[in-house]
Amino acid sequence: MAQKNLPMREAVRAALHEEMVRDDRVFVMGEEVGAWQGTHRVTRGFLEEFGARRVRDTPISEMAIAGVAVGAAMAGLRPVAEIMTINFAFLAFDAIINHAAKIHYMFNGQFTVPLVIRAASGWGDQATATHSHTPEPIFAHFPGLYVACPSTPADAKGMLKAAIRDENPVLFTESIGLYRKPGPVPEEDDYVLPIGVSDVKREGSDVTLVSYAQGVDWSLQAAKQLADEGIEAEVIDLRWLRPLDLEPVFESFKKTNRCVVVEESLPHFSFGSEIAAQIQEHMFDYMDAPIKRVSAMDVPLPYAREIELMALPNAQKVVDAVKEIV
Amino acid sequence: MTMQSVTLDKQRLLDWYRQIVLIRKFETKCDELYREKRITGVYLHLYSGHEAVGVGSVAALRQDDHVITAYRDHGIALARGMDPNRAMAEMMGKRTGVSGGKGGSMHLASRELNFWGGYAIVAGHLPLAAGIALKERYTDTDNVVLCLLGDGSSNNGYFHESLNMSAVWDLPVVWLIENNFVGMGTRIEDSSGQTELVKRAIAYGMKEGPRVDGQNVIEVYDAVSEAIDYARKHGPVLMEALTYRYKGHGVSDKQFDEREDLRHELEDWEANKDPINILGSILRAQDSDIEPELTRIAAEADAVVAEAVEYAENSPAPTYDDLINNIYVG
Ligand SMILES: Cc1ncc(C[n+]2csc(CCOP(=O)(O)OP(=O)(O)O)c2C)c(N)n1
Repeated sequence: MAQKNLPMREAVRAALHEEMVRDDRVFVMGEEVGAWQGTHRVTRGFLEEFGARRVRDTPISEMAIAGVAVGAAMAGLRPVAEIMTINFAFLAFDAIINHAAKIHYMFNGQFTVPLVIRAASGWGDQATATHSHTPEPIFAHFPGLYVACPSTPADAKGMLKAAIRDENPVLFTESIGLYRKPGPVPEEDDYVLPIGVSDVKREGSDVTLVSYAQGVDWSLQAAKQLADEGIEAEVIDLRWLRPLDLEPVFESFKKTNRCVVVEESLPHFSFGSEIAAQIQEHMFDYMDAPIKRVSAMDVPLPYAREIELMALPNAQKVVDAVKEIV
Repeated sequence: MTMQSVTLDKQRLLDWYRQIVLIRKFETKCDELYREKRITGVYLHLYSGHEAVGVGSVAALRQDDHVITAYRDHGIALARGMDPNRAMAEMMGKRTGVSGGKGGSMHLASRELNFWGGYAIVAGHLPLAAGIALKERYTDTDNVVLCLLGDGSSNNGYFHESLNMSAVWDLPVVWLIENNFVGMGTRIEDSSGQTELVKRAIAYGMKEGPRVDGQNVIEVYDAVSEAIDYARKHGPVLMEALTYRYKGHGVSDKQFDEREDLRHELEDWEANKDPINILGSILRAQDSDIEPELTRIAAEADAVVAEAVEYAENSPAPTYDDLINNIYVG
């Protein structure tokens, strides 16, 4: 298949573009998606190409962006609503959780909500406490919603196309730290990945690293470093926090008997807690060491670069955690 | 307000009378069933007192128009033509309920009637209404969304964001505030700087609609018809219907038992501004021989409600399969 080297933001743009060309019901709405060309340039050129009917600049109204998109989806459109960064999704939390995720269930299937909410996630350079969140696991807490967290440009394309075509509401997060990172992306229009399927990003037999999004990147870097020291890490990218596909993790654990969970988010009631709990529940007989977790430190994120970096996970912290159990 | 002659058609008025009486009897029965613990749970918000607002406004809609409301939704559901049996079954959490017993009293809906449901997060349904209207604009139809909301719902952020967006995008929504002058217990003077709520339309550059007497179904119908006509052609309208809730906020509300001033207020509305009496007087003034017909309508409503109760009580409870289905599509 033909491939092109693209940074993730261009892969997301390509997916969105292809789906808008394919289906008139697909439209984008959000702050600065039109005239400004998108805060992260994902919708660059869209207003000019598709017009104001399908590229809708909204007021700074997160509750309404999410809520209006829910209503439009119920009524038969396929909105792709952009929340500028996930930090502002807290204002939209009610519409996403109480309505997008629950309407299909609470009216017993009478309505569907084929909605995608895209949000850039993660910390940037000294973005500080209110602008450095990675709360994907919080959203994944609630049944009724899917949560997609791609780690490569190709996955971003295939997963976003799947999300747009699916009948269920999807929160689709895009790691700011990965936006510029290039990777090969299949060019064909029908590159649609299945929803809720994990991917083994690197094979290895000594330890299993479980992660998603930015954490996959650190895990792969760590694996490389560990390989130099003779430790082979298997890296599993969950890709979707809901539906959660842990089969490959369990399979991997059967041969490695050791696991480090790598997450960009905070440790308290976290992704790492959930994965560790599930491994001990299902794989107790295979366990040779405690499950380790690498997460952000349990602090609000500060401004000063030295202590900001101290609080965040990275490849070295993954290497260190692996060495504690191998 | 100009009276539209069609509204004075006798058959039409009798049909509205039938609906208002049915809703009143349905709600009175729900109240009774709740006290007898045949309807359970904590939430049951009755529409008694508000009937003319729901009946008059829903009557102004076409079949392909839409309606959406908050948790005080029984009256809207019945006015839109929901089968009372299936509405009552939902109150009792039965498998045969409109929402399969999974929604309850606050979450009645009927996709086929374009009744998009009752919602329990105050004002949370407002952006949904705007979104449904966006679909109609997007696909270039002239269908309209009627969004009912309480006066209390005009004070959270959803109200501001949804009304503003509907104005910016010229969405075909009639925002109809059922102003009963109180949230749960907090009076409108204590919650809104501007108590004439339609005035907020000015802030959004939106058409300011009238404040109508919500107890007179003809006035409601005429004013909402005009607003719908405007919304179809131009964009959103904000209007109010002034009304009163007879049964407190919800069935567990004891305010009328505890406060004499509220009791007097209620007695005044019941005696002088009751929607059944008001429409009954109009019908009697038109036709002095109508009494037997009105009596017959009331008896029929009793029978419909009795049948609904029987249907609901004889229906099965949802099962484990129901518990776990319809979380996701497919
Ligand atoms: C966001 C939110 N806050 C608070 C509540 C609790 N609550 C339920 S109904 C209500 C009063 C609403 O009053 P109003 O909108 O006037 O409607 P009414 O009950 O009078 O029909 C409150 C505060 C809620 N359900 N949702």
